[in-house]
Amino acid sequence: MMWTAVLVTAVGCYLLKLAGLSVPPRVLERPLVERVADLIPVALLSALVAVQVFARGHEIVLDARALGLGAAVVLLLLRAPFLVVVFGAAVVAAGVRLL
Amino acid sequence: MTDPPLDPRERSSVIRDSLGVGIATGAYGVSFGAVSVASGLTVWQTCALSLLVFTGASQFALVGVVAAGGAPLSGALTALLLGTRNTLYGLRLAPLLAWRGVRRVLAAHVLIDESTAMSVTRESREAARLGFLVTGVSIFVLWNAATLAGAVAGNALGDPRRYGLDAAVGAAFLALLWPRLHRRRNQLVAVAAAAVALGTVPIVPAGVPVLAAAGVALVAGLLTKEPEQ
Repeated sequence: MMWTAVLVTAVGCYLLKLAGLSVPPRVLERPLVERVADLIPVALLSALVAVQVFARGHEIVLDARALGLGAAVVLLLLRAPFLVVVFGAAVVAAGVRLL
Repeated sequence: MTDPPLDPRERSSVIRDSLGVGIATGAYGVSFGAVSVASGLTVWQTCALSLLVFTGASQFALVGVVAAGGAPLSGALTALLLGTRNTLYGLRLAPLLAWRGVRRVLAAHVLIDESTAMSVTRESREAARLGFLVTGVSIFVLWNAATLAGAVAGNALGDPRRYGLDAAVGAAFLALLWPRLHRRRNQLVAVAAAAVALGTVPIVPAGVPVLAAAGVALVAGLLTKEPEQ
């Protein structure tokens, strides 16, 4: 099942890239298509943050992950690089669990 | 568009800038590798994602949905939805790069956020192609090497929760989202999408809340009229 998902994603993502370079612009270059395509990453990434941090199974919980996210926000406000943000959040969450 | 050969100074400045972006971006393949094995994928599956999918946000989305207990195929669907933005990049770059045949087929694989950003602003075709290739290829090489290193290290560490790696996934998504939050409209969409996702968590199978949130993008696109950028 996981391999199927990996391959479906690989083929699909490649075709999406190739389509952009190959399809005549007038087919896809419409204001509505552009607006929605611009907003999809915003909606999906935000939903992924919420689910990753606050969901456990079918429950909404507040645990060490929320403090990790808080650390990520502070690091992003300080303009820290990507790796520092990601591992900074991990270190904070791991530290909280040790307490 | 004029097409004179690049003068050596511009050439080396394009290469320098592109390599800088390539190294900075490629390095965070380490976090993808570590997060992916922590989510339950094997080292092979993790490396296959970086080699074959090669678009960071989609890769993180697939493993993130799986980590949350979602079906691998809903993870794949989320990854594909995120991959649609590369189609738009391609539309913008096609007239600028003007590659055909085999070159276009190969170039498509390294069409991602960063290679687009480092070529779309260039004034000549040659500079655009150079920026695209140096950025895309350097990220591809480093991203894959870093993924392998992260996956092997992550495997050796054992229980990912002890190291807070489950919290790292949310932070990675937030860091990818952050640069898109400058506009007020995007902030509202982000809040609404998070609310839809959390609101549906108790009642639908894992993986589906994130897909439901994509509906927010559709509704917001239909309701707003403001022009692009």
